[in-house]
Amino acid sequence: MALIQTKNIRLNSKKELEDHRDGLNFNTQASQRVITVCCGTGCLAYGASKLAQAFRDEIKSQGMELQVTVKTTGCHGFCERGPLVVIRPENTLYQRVKFGDVAEIVTETISRNNVIERLLYSAPGSTDKITCEHDVPFYKKQMRLVFGANGYIDPTSLDDYIAIGGYAALSKALFEMTADDVIDEIRHSGLRGRGGGGFATGAKWQSTREVDDALKYVICNCDEGDPGAFMDRSLMEGNPHSIIEGMLIAAYAVGAHEGYIYIRHEYPVALQNAELAIKQAKSAGLLGEAILGSEFSFDVKISQGGGAFVCGESTALMASVEGRVGEPRAKYVHTSEKGLWDHPTVLNNVETLANVPLIINKGADWFYEIGTANSKGTKIFSLVGKVNNTGLIEVPMGITLREIIYDIGGGIPNGKKFKAVQTGGPSGGCLPEDKLDLNVDFDELSKAGSMMGSGAMIVMDEDNCMVDIARYFLSFLEGESCGKCVPCREGLKRMRQILDRIIAGDGQEGDIETLTDLSEALTMGALCGLGGSAGNPVLSTLRHFQNEYEAHIKDKRCPAGVCKPLITYNIIDGNCTGCNLCVKACPVNAITSQGKKQPVILDQTKCTKCGACYDVCRLDAVEVK
Amino acid sequence: MVKLTINGRVFQAQPCDTVLAVAQKAGINIPTLCHSEAVHDYGACRICLVEVERRGRKRLVTACLYPVEEGLSVTTDSERVTKVRQIVIELLLARTPTSEEILALAERYDVTESRFSDMEGNNGDKCILCGLCTRVCSDVVGVNAISLVNRGTKREVALPFYDDETACIACGSCAYICPTSAITLTDSADCRTITWPNSKADFPMKECSSCGTHYAPVKQLQYMAEKAHLSISEFDYCPDCRH
Ligand SMILES: Cc1cc2nc3c(=O)[nH]c(=O)nc-3n(C[C@H](O)[C@H](O)[C@H](O)COP(=O)(O)O)c2cc1C
Ligand code: SF4
Ligand code: SF4
Ligand code: SF4
Ligand code: SF4
Ligand code: FES
Ligand code: FES
Repeated sequence: MALIQTKNIRLNSKKELEDHRDGLNFNTQASQRVITVCCGTGCLAYGASKLAQAFRDEIKSQGMELQVTVKTTGCHGFCERGPLVVIRPENTLYQRVKFGDVAEIVTETISRNNVIERLLYSAPGSTDKITCEHDVPFYKKQMRLVFGANGYIDPTSLDDYIAIGGYAALSKALFEMTADDVIDEIRHSGLRGRGGGGFATGAKWQSTREVDDALKYVICNCDEGDPGAFMDRSLMEGNPHSIIEGMLIAAYAVGAHEGYIYIRHEYPVALQNAELAIKQAKSAGLLGEAILGSEFSFDVKISQGGGAFVCGESTALMASVEGRVGEPRAKYVHTSEKGLWDHPTVLNNVETLANVPLIINKGADWFYEIGTANSKGTKIFSLVGKVNNTGLIEVPMGITLREIIYDIGGGIPNGKKFKAVQTGGPSGGCLPEDKLDLNVDFDELSKAGSMMGSGAMIVMDEDNCMVDIARYFLSFLEGESCGKCVPCREGLKRMRQILDRIIAGDGQEGDIETLTDLSEALTMGALCGLGGSAGNPVLSTLRHFQNEYEAHIKDKRCPAGVCKPLITYNIIDGNCTGCNLCVKACPVNAITSQGKKQPVILDQTKCTKCGACYDVCRLDAVEVK
Repeated sequence: MVKLTINGRVFQAQPCDTVLAVAQKAGINIPTLCHSEAVHDYGACRICLVEVERRGRKRLVTACLYPVEEGLSVTTDSERVTKVRQIVIELLLARTPTSEEILALAERYDVTESRFSDMEGNNGDKCILCGLCTRVCSDVVGVNAISLVNRGTKREVALPFYDDETACIACGSCAYICPTSAITLTDSADCRTITWPNSKADFPMKECSSCGTHYAPVKQLQYMAEKAHLSISEFDYCPDCRH
C-alpha cells in the first residue's frame, strides 16, 4: 500500500517525480500480495463492488492488512466471465467469483497458496483448468500495450499510475525534447487515429503546430457513439491519467494551453474518474501552471455530450463544446487549423492519446515494429455477437480475423456456422467467411469494403439474415442523422423504407439498383462522415451477400429464416413423435395433437411465427423455411 | 490572386472566393437551393456539388462553400456530379411534388419521375429544409423567431413550441427568401398573415395617421424604432405622408 499520499505532494521537477516513483515502488515491494478485483462496468453489474468490500473485510478480520492489498481496477476486457479476481504477483485468475468465495480465497489462496480449481477458467468444450491469467486463450494472443495497465492499477490513484511509470513520458517530452522532436517521434511511429478515420496523428499535430495563433486547443474525443463499442469508456474509466498524459504531450507539441475532454453523458464512471484524475494531476503539479516546474502550462476541462452519435464528428463535437447545436459543418478548412472557436485544434480519440505516452517512453522505432506496413501498433476491439468470448481485446495490427474470432473469441457458440463479421460500427461493413484470413488493419479493411472505425466487431452466424442486418444498421443511422443535408436525411429514409419492403416480402425488381444508387449518392454527396459512410452496410452486404437480397426479392424467401413475413414453420412428419411439447409451447394454439405417436398438425393461418415450437422441439421435427 | 480552371477555362480569383462565386461571375451555371448572398452559407441542399481535382485526387464538394485555391481544377457537370445531383433532385421531388421550383429543376436535369414518390413520408408540403428562412431571420433580421427543430427526418421549420410568434416582427424576409414558396405572406387590410410550414400567425398592421392606409406591421415598426433609438411616434405616418 502506498504510504506516501499524493494529496500532500507537489512535484516540481523531473527528479521529484522520479524520487516519488522510487518511493512508491519501494513501498509496494514491502507488501507482497495484491488481490485485484475488476470493477469495470461489466463486473460491477455482477456485484464486483460488494465483492471488493468483502475481500477488504476478510483481510482485516484475518489480520493481514499489512501483507495484502485489495485493489479495485478498471475493466480487464474479459467481462463475459466477470466478476474477475486476479491474485498478483502470481496472476492467478478467478472468474465468476461470488460473494461466498471470498473467505475461501483468502484462506486458501492467500494464506496457504492453494489454487481453488472451481474458480479457474476452462475453455468452452474443455475441462482443462487454466490458472494463470496470461495462459487463458482469450488473453494469450492479445498484445495489451495500451489496455494492459487497466488490470494493474486503481484508476482513482495517481500513485498507482506513477508507480507503473506514469508521467515519465511527459517529463521526458518536457525536459529532453523540443516540440518538434515530439512531433517527429509521433510521426515516425506511424500512429494513426483510432477514432475511425485513421488519420496520421503526427501530420495532424504538425498542421496545428504550424498555425500562428496564441490560442490553441487539444480535445479528447470520448463520445464513443458506436453501439456495442466500449473501449474508450474502459480506458477512461480504468486509466484516465494515461489519457491526460497523452493530452499534455499533444498540447506541448502543438503549443496549446487549454483542452477539453468530451465525454458522453451516459458514461458517469468515466466522467467521475476523469474529473478526479484532473484534480489529482492539478494538485500534484502535473496539470495547470508550470508543469513539473517547467515553463509549460496546460489546463483541461470536461465537456459533457448529450449522447448523439453525430456529436462524435469533429465539427459537431466542437459546436457542442461551444454550447451550440451539435451539427456538422463542411470541413474544407481542417479543424486542425480552424477548430474550436475558430482556433487551431487537435482532436484525438481516447485510444489514440493513450498510445502517446508509450511511444514517447519506448520510442518511435519500437512502435513502428508492431503492426503492418501502414498501420502500426495495436488496436482495441470490442468483440461481441455470436462468439464465445465476448469482451474487449487488444491485438497487434495485422492479426487475422480468424485469429480474433476463433483463437481469442473461442469461435461460434452452439456449433453454428460463421457467416459474417461486421467491423467498423454502424457505418462499417460485413465481411464473409472468405475474408477470415484478412490481416486486420486500416487499409485491408477498407479494401474489403469495410473499415476499422472505432473498433466494434460484431460476429454473425448462420441465423443472421444479412438484409435484416443491413436494415438494422441503416435504421440506427437514420435515427442518428442530424437531418441537415438532403442525401443523408432523405436518402437514409428511402433506403430504410426499401429494405423494410424487401423484408416484408414486397421487394421489387430494381430495388438493388436503387439501393446502390442511394448508397453512392450518400458516399459522394453527404455533408459529414455519418452520411458519407452510411451506405457501407448496404454496399458491403450487397457485395458479399447479394444472393440473400435476391432470395428475398425474387423468391420471397429468407434463407436465414429471420424475416417473419417470408418464413413458415412446418412440421416434418417423419421426425415428429407427437410428444406435444410444441402444442404446449404455441401461444396461439396453432398446433394440434393427433394423439400419441402421431405427428402434430400446424395450422399456417393461425401461426404468428413466434418460433416457440422450433425452440422447444428436441427432435428437429419443426423446420423453418 | 490564385489561378484555377472551371470546366477547362482558366480563372483568376481571390483566395477567399468560393467556387460558386467565381463560377457565377463567369456566367457558369451551378444550381443552388440553400445559398443566398444575404446569409452565411450552410451547405445543406448539396445541389451545388461540383467535382474538384487537387494533387491528382478527385472528389465532390459543395461549390457554395469550397474556397478556391491555386491550381484547383473544377468540373461542374461531370458524370458523377450529374448522377448525385439527379438523385438529390429525385429525393426532393418525392418530398415536395408540388413545388414548381423543384419541378423546374427536375426538368432541367432530366429527372422525369422519382422512384420514391409512392412511399410513405412524402409530406407534400413545399419545404426542403434548406434553412434559408431561419438563417435570414437570425443573420439579417436578428430576431431568431423561427428555427429548425428536431433531428433527422423529423426536422422541420417552426416557431418556438410551434405557436409562439412573440419574437417574429412580421417582416416577411423568410417568405421572400424561401426558394420553394413554402412560406407565404398575405396582407389584408389591417392584418398580415405569415404561414410557415408548421404554423401560422396574424400580425396587426400600423395605420397611417394621415391617409389611413395600413402600411407596415406594428411589431416591425416597434423593432425598427428600438434598434434606431427612435420614438415610436416617428412611425405615425406612412412613408408617403411622412414628407
Ligand atoms: C458520425 C461520426 C461519429 C464519430 N464518432 C466518434 C467517436 O465517438 N469517437 C471518436 O473518437 N471519433 C469519432 N468520430 C471521428 C472523429 O470525428 C475524429 O475523426 C476523431 O475523433 C479524430 O481522432 P483520431 O485522429 O485520434 O482518430 C466520428 C466521426 C463521425 C463522422
Ligand atoms: S450527413 Fe447526415 S449527419 Fe452529416 S450533416 Fe448531413 S444530415 Fe447531418
Ligand atoms: S411459430 Fe409460434 S405461433 Fe407458429 S406454430 Fe410455432 S409456436 Fe405456434
Ligand atoms: S417574418 Fe418573422 S420569422 Fe420571418 S424573417 Fe421576419 S421575423 Fe423572422
Ligand atoms: S421554409 Fe423555405 S426557406 Fe425555410 S427551410 Fe423550408 S424551403 Fe427553406
Ligand atoms: S468489467 Fe470486468 S472485465 Fe470488463
Ligand atoms: S447551395 Fe451549396 S449546398 Fe446548397
